[in-house]
Amino acid sequence: MSTSREPRPYVNPYVAGTLLGVVLFLSLYVTGGGLGASAAMSRVQTGVLDLVAPGHVDRVAYFAEMAGGARSPWAHYSIYMLVGTVLGGFVSGLWNRRVKLETRKGPRISVHARWGFALLGGLIMGYGARLARGCTSGQALSGGAVLSVGSWAFAMAVFASAYAVAWFLRRLWI
Amino acid sequence: MAPFDLAASLGPVAYALVFGAIGFGFGAALEMGGFGDTRKLAGQFYFQDMTVLKVMFTGIAVAAVLVALATSFGLLDMSRVFVNPTYLWPGIVGGLIMGVGFVIGGFCPGTSIVAASTLKVDGIFFLLGALGGVWLFGETVGSIQGFWLSSYMGRFTLPEWLGLPLGVTVLLVVVMAVALFWAGDLAQQHFGQKRPWAEVVKGPGRGWQVLAGALVAASLFLVVRGQPDPEAKFARMGPAVKKAVAEREIFVDPAEVVALRKDIGVQVVLVDLRDERDFNLFHVGGSRRATLAELESPERLKPLLDQPPTTVTFLIGNGEAEALRAWRQLTALGVPNVYVVDGGVNRWLERYPVEACVADRIGKAEAGDAPAWRFRYATGSTQPAAWPELGSSPSFRSPCGEAAADGHGSTHHARTWPAHAYTKRVKLKSKAAVKGGCG
Repeated sequence: MSTSREPRPYVNPYVAGTLLGVVLFLSLYVTGGGLGASAAMSRVQTGVLDLVAPGHVDRVAYFAEMAGGARSPWAHYSIYMLVGTVLGGFVSGLWNRRVKLETRKGPRISVHARWGFALLGGLIMGYGARLARGCTSGQALSGGAVLSVGSWAFAMAVFASAYAVAWFLRRLWI
Repeated sequence: MAPFDLAASLGPVAYALVFGAIGFGFGAALEMGGFGDTRKLAGQFYFQDMTVLKVMFTGIAVAAVLVALATSFGLLDMSRVFVNPTYLWPGIVGGLIMGVGFVIGGFCPGTSIVAASTLKVDGIFFLLGALGGVWLFGETVGSIQGFWLSSYMGRFTLPEWLGLPLGVTVLLVVVMAVALFWAGDLAQQHFGQKRPWAEVVKGPGRGWQVLAGALVAASLFLVVRGQPDPEAKFARMGPAVKKAVAEREIFVDPAEVVALRKDIGVQVVLVDLRDERDFNLFHVGGSRRATLAELESPERLKPLLDQPPTTVTFLIGNGEAEALRAWRQLTALGVPNVYVVDGGVNRWLERYPVEACVADRIGKAEAGDAPAWRFRYATGSTQPAAWPELGSSPSFRSPCGEAAADGHGSTHHARTWPAHAYTKRVKLKSKAAVKGGCG
């Protein structure tokens, strides 16, 4: 792959959205469950913790449910889906010449500041996603498609909150 | 019928591959839509780039339409599809927290995976942060357990909340989504590109017209076509269910019902399908009356659907015909652990008779849904036969006591029932263990 060539443009958002909707439908149709990311993240984190401090995992109920005793946090459908997501993103990125070690950021902050804010934002997102029992994929997207009331309330809360704080954090992006 | 029990029907490798393939499609669709670029994600909050909003809500609307089409044609059993349970306030508060994290970090968990997979360093940092966040939650959830488990509303969908048919709800979602895209385009031109309102191109683009046309047409079709009723759904269910009826696996002897009522590990729910008159004359203690139509209503159906796996629901009529109709309906609607009382109230009273001065036998237990006993007055559930598991109770008064001048002075009514042999039928099953992506 030549990185010197220009990346291809992103596809029309309605085409990408339709593709996403078809994948989500297939997931619901075949497996009876939707798409997701944060459950797998929780399992990866618990799995790592289980290597470092297995005793602690067994004592905290939330972790023990995933990796207590002889239970393996890795043998779970969400982990298989996570591996697929990474591969799917990578292959699409490769095809479209977008695989490149780089940092994307707003014009007014430094690369290191961007890394710091990404870490902080991830921390907040990770916490909120577990509190809400799902991230934007598992709750808003999958729950939204099966018309769960809680998922719609969640999605509205995410966007309302983001639009409310965006102005105060505009230095990060514009 | 879909969805399929993959864990039971596939080997571990094939199972992993199916989920891997779905994840692959997910990751590829997100990457193609531009979700790997944090500027596109954050740009929507400044009306610079509405791509993410469009991709996401197009995905929701397309999937909602396809799911409704599949159930409409009887291809998908919705009762076995995971619907994220509603915990209203934890969801809203979690969402508010995530909104802040979204603007600070410029990703959500799924999109950061895609960004990291295309080697975006900010995506990798976000991913590490998110792993820290889920760890922090696991460590602290113990102290906010009360809130985390609060405002639980179970499986609660928009059609139930709005009281509208599925097709109409899907149409509303579609109209809302395409209106949002149009408004987003206008806002992007004005706020993002700083064009005065007079110069903003008002008409929607070609892509919007195609998408909106297709989605609205499909949901109008859904509104007109409607969804299959429970009888039609049952007719499409697999041969295993029909075999269970033919081989009488779902008919439970009254003696087994009584044994389960004694079992403190099992909760028994009894639904009586007879009319009010028969119900008032005699009914099994603790049973509640319902008609077939009432059992379809959310108020009666939802509690049955949400029962824990240790609950068994028994349907009882005078005979079996009406109870079997109710069984087909509830089974089609996905209620787990439902059984019919073998022979109904007629067989029950044969096993646990009432005294001769209370009711006369006028027919056989096999007489279908006609009562086999004629009660002289309404006994409700005051007869010992209504509570065979109790044996005796101070509140049972012998109705024939005064007439019987045989020296049994006590009105305390002790009864022992003969032990009936029966074939055990009830097998407690937990409802199909479907879990969602973020479960």
